Amino acid sequence: MGFGPFLLLAVMEGLVSAAVLALTAVGLSLVFGVMRVVNVAHGAFFMLGAVVAWFVAGHVAGPPVWGWLAALVVAPLVVGALAALVDISVLKRLNYEPEAVIVATIGVLYILEQAALMSFGPDARPVAAPFTLRLQLPWFGYSGYKLFVVVAAAAVLAGVWLLMARTRFGLLMRATQVDRNTARAFGINVDRVYAGTFALGAALAAVAAVLVVPISQVHYLMGADPLLLAFITVIIGGLGSLRGTLVAALVIGLSDGVISMFWSPTLSKIIATLLVALVLVFRPQGLFGAKA
Amino acid sequence: MITTKKTGLAPSRRSVLMGAGACLLAGAGLIRPVWAQAAPLKLGFQLHATGIGAGYGRWYQRTADAAVKLINEGGGIAGRPVELVYEDDGTDPKRGAEVVDKLVSQHGCDLVLGTLFSHVVMGSAPRAGELKVPYLVCSEGYHVASGALNRWTLQPGITDVRSQISSMAPWVAGNIGKKVTMVYPDYAFGYDHRDFFTAAIQAQGGEVLAQIAIPPTETSFTRYFPQIPPETEVIYHVMVGPGVLTFVKELGEFYGTGAKPQLFGFIDSLEAVDTATPGLEFLEGSHFWEAHPRVKPADAGEHEAAYRAAVGVDDNGASTGDAADVATYSHMFSTWETLFFIKQAIEAAGYTGPADRQKLVEAMEAISDLPYGIERPQGAKTFNGKTHQAFGVQNISKIEGGKLVKVHTTTIEEGLYPDAVDYTTMAF
Repeated sequence: MGFGPFLLLAVMEGLVSAAVLALTAVGLSLVFGVMRVVNVAHGAFFMLGAVVAWFVAGHVAGPPVWGWLAALVVAPLVVGALAALVDISVLKRLNYEPEAVIVATIGVLYILEQAALMSFGPDARPVAAPFTLRLQLPWFGYSGYKLFVVVAAAAVLAGVWLLMARTRFGLLMRATQVDRNTARAFGINVDRVYAGTFALGAALAAVAAVLVVPISQVHYLMGADPLLLAFITVIIGGLGSLRGTLVAALVIGLSDGVISMFWSPTLSKIIATLLVALVLVFRPQGLFGAKA
Repeated sequence: MITTKKTGLAPSRRSVLMGAGACLLAGAGLIRPVWAQAAPLKLGFQLHATGIGAGYGRWYQRTADAAVKLINEGGGIAGRPVELVYEDDGTDPKRGAEVVDKLVSQHGCDLVLGTLFSHVVMGSAPRAGELKVPYLVCSEGYHVASGALNRWTLQPGITDVRSQISSMAPWVAGNIGKKVTMVYPDYAFGYDHRDFFTAAIQAQGGEVLAQIAIPPTETSFTRYFPQIPPETEVIYHVMVGPGVLTFVKELGEFYGTGAKPQLFGFIDSLEAVDTATPGLEFLEGSHFWEAHPRVKPADAGEHEAAYRAAVGVDDNGASTGDAADVATYSHMFSTWETLFFIKQAIEAAGYTGPADRQKLVEAMEAISDLPYGIERPQGAKTFNGKTHQAFGVQNISKIEGGKLVKVHTTTIEEGLYPDAVDYTTMAF
């Protein structure tokens, strides 16, 4: 394979990993931005979304696209509802103390993982892609669905941006983000905004999971790696900044695709973590984050 | 009023508990003389119940339970009933060593068995050596026979990777192709494959064109495929973990309908995975190593049916209760065979308790011939007391119509190699 096709494949792979990264990181970023909550259970919500997707897809008759679409609706609802419950019953009672919340979400992570192990089981299970389209290029073949994920990720991010910038709920979230007490003084039900934000963040993780499972598989430990990468993305991009998350995902995803193909995957991980260290030293608020 | 109630309640609950405790003690005291004649043998099982090995752990437990049930129905071991004590090691080496400790010191087990994942074996075996307790692994790693471990660690129930590979390389070179690209996980288990297969295929006049090591946490594989040289005739793949379905699917997308190399894989990639899973169509016509054929072959041995029935596996290698629950069939027989090996050794050694542990290991080392029978459903084996390693036949299966069909069985002799260690000369 010549240099051109090799680079093309690297860029395509990089774009796909950027899309997956952006999808998993956007919910985390949102929750931190509005609530200042470091949600360690984000990866577990991602995993739960995948498990629900597998369950739903397996119970809808007809072509795979129906099951997948049903999962796209059901998984975020189920996961979002559960997250809202966690917020009301756990996080709110801890008064959103940063340290307590980290420990509590670690607990939620373990509970969800073990519950998945006990019910879903330890095996990796596939979910059929909604369509099978294989692009045959002169040098290699490529999955059409993977490219669809890139488009879908762009759509989801645009949707989140619209929600934040153009809707009343977005306005409430931004007001709460700026100053929780003043927002409350203006009659905003901050508790409800928090529960809604936490649910939205988890639902976004579930959407990411439904999009990702036809590429990878459902497995009860699948949340660990995305969580780590999502944190890296969010730290580089700036906690709470949508634009930062997108840019960081593109930088990390593309460099991962290109570096791991031309050199080694380990090197790309080293560079990503080095980038985090540099950002933390020279620009602690992230590339696009506002100064705390 | 309320406080008096509370203070009144607390002692009464305590006294009830004390009473219950006293009853238990008295009961134990009463029962002891009756049990003394046949105190159960406690065998500690280091189980991958959670973590990356959980898929295997579940079936290892089912198989071991079935073997112990059969042993107990036949009168136990040396007239004593057998009891398995399971401890979860989280498929984690550090926890593994703690589990060995707990099984021996806390539960008072006579020995420890059952570990599959190599890194857990490597982490646990030194502790077993320190505690001077027999440690029987079911992991197929070359670490036992290589001499890396100690006198207390044995692998009597499954052939090691080096032997598996050397016995199959001639068939691969003769029937599939001689120019091979290897894809393997980037850690010890993968390196065993890399080193021994490269040597074995060279001995057959073939060559390994490229060696592609993949980090164990990888979730996407397309980026590695351009490294496969176009003149490759065979892709030799051995992958472990949940990513394997993705690996196969992406390989299919990459090559598509055009010219593609043959595939030869280790079933480790697809243990507990239905070969007819959507997305695995690309495997059709490809070959796999299997220790114990998952789909019951037409020429299966006479004990195959009884073994499957005891463990609860149907002729397709899935659970009799749930066809989607596919067994880790090619590995789990090792726990069964290890338990019967233990029975044989304990009875030969006249083992009565932990003081006889050294005698027990010596009795195990003295075993050499392990004939086919219900004790060894995978097939006859020879045990090398010097290297602490068993050697058995291997099988090659082809995927036809989404099912594994056995096409070749090696002999034990094809898998033998010169001893690398003599554990019997080592101190206890």
